[in-house]
Amino acid sequence: MDNLIPLILGMAAVTYGPRMIPFFLISGTQLPVRVDAFLKCIPIAAIGALIIPGVFSAIPGSPLAVVMGMGFALIVGFWRGGIVIPVIGSVAAAYMVLWLSQ
Amino acid sequence: MIKDDIKEALKGGLPLFIGYVPPAIAFGILAKSCGISLLESFLFSAVVFAGASQFIALNLLMTGMGFGGIILTTLLVNFRHFLMSAYLSTRVGKIAKRLYFFMAFGVTDEVFSVLSFSKRELTPAYVFTLQMSAYTGWVSGTLTGFILGGFLPQILTQSMGIALYSLLLAILLPELKASIKAVILALASGLLNTLLVWLDLLPGGWNIIVCIVVIAFAGSFFMGVESSDSQSNKDGEEAYG
Repeated sequence: MDNLIPLILGMAAVTYGPRMIPFFLISGTQLPVRVDAFLKCIPIAAIGALIIPGVFSAIPGSPLAVVMGMGFALIVGFWRGGIVIPVIGSVAAAYMVLWLSQ
Repeated sequence: MIKDDIKEALKGGLPLFIGYVPPAIAFGILAKSCGISLLESFLFSAVVFAGASQFIALNLLMTGMGFGGIILTTLLVNFRHFLMSAYLSTRVGKIAKRLYFFMAFGVTDEVFSVLSFSKRELTPAYVFTLQMSAYTGWVSGTLTGFILGGFLPQILTQSMGIALYSLLLAILLPELKASIKAVILALASGLLNTLLVWLDLLPGGWNIIVCIVVIAFAGSFFMGVESSDSQSNKDGEEAYG
């Protein structure tokens, strides 16, 4: 394997740039209402697209493990809230499915 | 005040730490199996700190793609953070500009998600503590995976693949419970992304960017008179001082 340091530094630069520039462009300026409303919708739009459809191939070869894991996270997260238990529980549920179907 | 921020951030940060460890372990395992050194695996996570694109980079390396191509792909894949930082920068209020440099480093999907739905003012102490929790989980998980990965049963590492998604879902759920419009918007974004992935017209990463832009634009009309929205408007005004 070649020396990967140049690759890592290059990836770091192109990752950091887009994360940094908006802070200097936008912070402190009074944005038009329409732009502000647009920015406020970014979180939900982003998370929706980050989950779907990627989640369906989260565990290659076992859609059932995905359904059970995410189902657990959905139900527990909905009724009890919190993040730790839904996340750990989803891994455990997926593990159970894979273990049982071995 | 700062103490309070740190305490709250640790409360929000623990789930990020826990959520990041499993995929980071998976990354460490994959890096080792690709023949990458421990130091380089560590640097990937410690210097780049960008989940999905690190996995993509390893896959591309294995296909024999050159560094230039991988870096360009990384830029495309991670450009969505431009939009996320744009949102966050409206919420951080008036702080010293040099702090932006530090804050920007930790704008990952998951950190962004927690920050964006936090009702608190995004003070530097709060943001940094949250980011450090996530960062610690990501880096330590990578090392753990690299060193101990061989000892873990394969079905356990496979099932860990779900953690990033259940993490995002758990972060999003309170918003979905609070507003049916948020459910519609999130589902619309997922559907649009599914369509774009299926059509397979755009280079990696741009599907999500198109989804964010299109759905957030639609949402800016659609969400208008929402009560939770007026709440975040208020937060925004407070942040401006």
